[in-house]
Amino acid sequence: MAKTDIGPPDYRQMLPDVIKKNYGKWRYHEIVKPGVLKHVSETGDELYSVRVGSPRLLSIDSVRDICDIADKYCDGHLRFTSRYNIEFLTPKRENVDPIIEEVQKLGFPVGGTPNCISNIVHTQGWVHCHSSATDASGIVKAIMDELYEYFTTSKLPGYLRISLACCINMCGAVHCSDIAIVGVHTKPPKINQEILANVCEIPTTLASCPTGAIRRHPDKDVKSVIVREELCMYCANCFTVCPAMPIADPEGDGVAIYAGGKVSNARKPPMFSRLVVPYLPNNPPRWPEVVSNVKKIVEVYAQHAREDERMGEWIERVGWETFFRLTEIPFTEQHIDDFTHAIETFRTTTHFKW
Amino acid sequence: MGKETPLLDELEKGPWPSFVSQIKQGAKKNPSAGDLLKQLELSYKDRITHWKHGGIVGVLGYGGGVIGRYSDSPEEHPNVAAFHTLRVNHPSGWFYTTKALRQICDVWEKYGSGLTNFHGSTGDIILLGTTTENLQPCFDSLTDIGFDLGGSGSVLRTPTGCVGPARCEWSCIDTLDLIYNLTMEFQDELHRPRWPYKFKIKASGCPNDCVAAIARADFTIIGTWKDSLRIDQNAVREYFKGGLPIKARIVDKCPTNALEWDEKATLLKLKPEDCVRCMHCINKMPKAIRPGLERGATILIGSKAPIIKGAILSWVLIPFIKLEPPYEEIKDLLLKIWDWWDEHGRTRERLAELIERVGFTTFLRAVGIKPTPQMVYRPRANPYVFF
Repeated sequence: MAKTDIGPPDYRQMLPDVIKKNYGKWRYHEIVKPGVLKHVSETGDELYSVRVGSPRLLSIDSVRDICDIADKYCDGHLRFTSRYNIEFLTPKRENVDPIIEEVQKLGFPVGGTPNCISNIVHTQGWVHCHSSATDASGIVKAIMDELYEYFTTSKLPGYLRISLACCINMCGAVHCSDIAIVGVHTKPPKINQEILANVCEIPTTLASCPTGAIRRHPDKDVKSVIVREELCMYCANCFTVCPAMPIADPEGDGVAIYAGGKVSNARKPPMFSRLVVPYLPNNPPRWPEVVSNVKKIVEVYAQHAREDERMGEWIERVGWETFFRLTEIPFTEQHIDDFTHAIETFRTTTHFKW
Repeated sequence: MGKETPLLDELEKGPWPSFVSQIKQGAKKNPSAGDLLKQLELSYKDRITHWKHGGIVGVLGYGGGVIGRYSDSPEEHPNVAAFHTLRVNHPSGWFYTTKALRQICDVWEKYGSGLTNFHGSTGDIILLGTTTENLQPCFDSLTDIGFDLGGSGSVLRTPTGCVGPARCEWSCIDTLDLIYNLTMEFQDELHRPRWPYKFKIKASGCPNDCVAAIARADFTIIGTWKDSLRIDQNAVREYFKGGLPIKARIVDKCPTNALEWDEKATLLKLKPEDCVRCMHCINKMPKAIRPGLERGATILIGSKAPIIKGAILSWVLIPFIKLEPPYEEIKDLLLKIWDWWDEHGRTRERLAELIERVGFTTFLRAVGIKPTPQMVYRPRANPYVFF
């Protein structure tokens, strides 16, 4: 009988000696150069971390290549960050440059420390998801090619974290990112009346709709549902519970961009990202409209924000009206909220700018 | 191969490392990676996914951990007709020995596509794509090398924490030990779905919150301290001499005006009672300012992505709690929360949505926690009060 419930390996088996020795004793750190951190312990020990961007999707041979480097320079240890960066850890300063040289030979960039654009958190997209409204890896690749220098240098006013979700289920915290890219549907689901009763529970399907747009079929002899299309905002929650209501559509599906979110408590409390571009078409393989909009937002932020200001802090200081003027992104009726917490976003003061 | 995928080949150009090149590398060893590439090319051409909805597959004794996936065009792409993903629970802090990583690669070379994600959004190692018949032997081989599956479906999802005291001077709690301990304690909750929906636990060692615990965990643990932050005035002077404008970059950015810079005396004065521990001054001067010594965590609850009633950030449940092994208080609280949610939650209703529906006060009574002002930004303005 196979083993079950053994849980993950004990992390203590995975730590390099320098970390075991200095666990909880780190005194301070500094950024030696973009992509290289130096931590200094109360014991006087030093630890260098070389941060390396990865495409997240890795073949086992690439993982083995990475292991080769860690075997050579890091005593057979490494870690990953929450943004898919690989970190090579070594107490030896003289190992830093050889590590950089070797990872660059593999085609992987060194960077991602403050104030860089770190790797883009993203989902599976068309590579492996049935509910995606766009691809994930392709847009990420196209954007990071264009913003590459921001990963390897630290010339921004503050952290800038970009993330991408291929549908509004938003695996990953894209709703609190400086720039969030979200796959969206813009057409209601198409109902497959013949199979619906066989593959879906009708009460569950009715209950899945947050706007009450799904009703029982008016003909009592037809065991199915109908959608009042004027109430549908394309969330696809019905498709998740009922496969007979596919919503993906090559013409309707595309990408929205949100901005100004953060999770850190530094200075201002965490903030949600807010809608800035309601819809851009899916235009593979390089999604040029998405890339150019993201680049524009990054550049306007880099030019106008004060030191240490995150995207959302800068926008709140200058006002959203200023953001839309500077980025030249049109403000449309889609920007005005009409969902559950809409009224909290309406401006209840005479304070505003032109 | 190159000529068959002209759209994806475009994504091998440019400086950022290419996922397409990774899939092609995989395709040299495994035909399923080749068919994945072809199907993805078709998606790029058709601008739509070619994966069918769902598919329930798994391993013996578990109700989750495997994401079933079937191609909608199996005749064209026979090697990805079934292409299921295993979520493999990561070691705390995402630390690995190369030995462990190589063992995972060997198992995945034998039983899967050879394609991986390090890591998925929740923090699991993602083994991307295998057949139904390979799932059980793959799982058995994984447990032989000391790895187990993570969560999927209406379960406790794989708990995740930041790098913590392993490599961070700011961590006020031992996130690695806490996450490992909770993961081991709640293996049953992780592997066997019985709740209304998913439940996520994340822990960050300080309010910088590097794992976004406040934005995407039903149960959010954030390290903090209760006493005054510690200032080394000599180190402050070093930053000042080094050209850091203390007034403009530190004092003026303090959200509660808790700091004052006496430029004559080169003294950074703190009013500890005004400090909200936001981390800004610490982030800017790590050599000079450190968290206090009376350390613990703030527990917040409820955050989630938009499905279904809109995104929610976690809010304060316990302003300060000491966190020491074996973390009994946290475990008891989790069990109380799960009991209540399990009993009252509707299908696919996350904890925060249930609380919004029945009221936070009802929840507080159910878990036996008294209201405190730290839980809210401000009291209610309306007169519709229950007594």
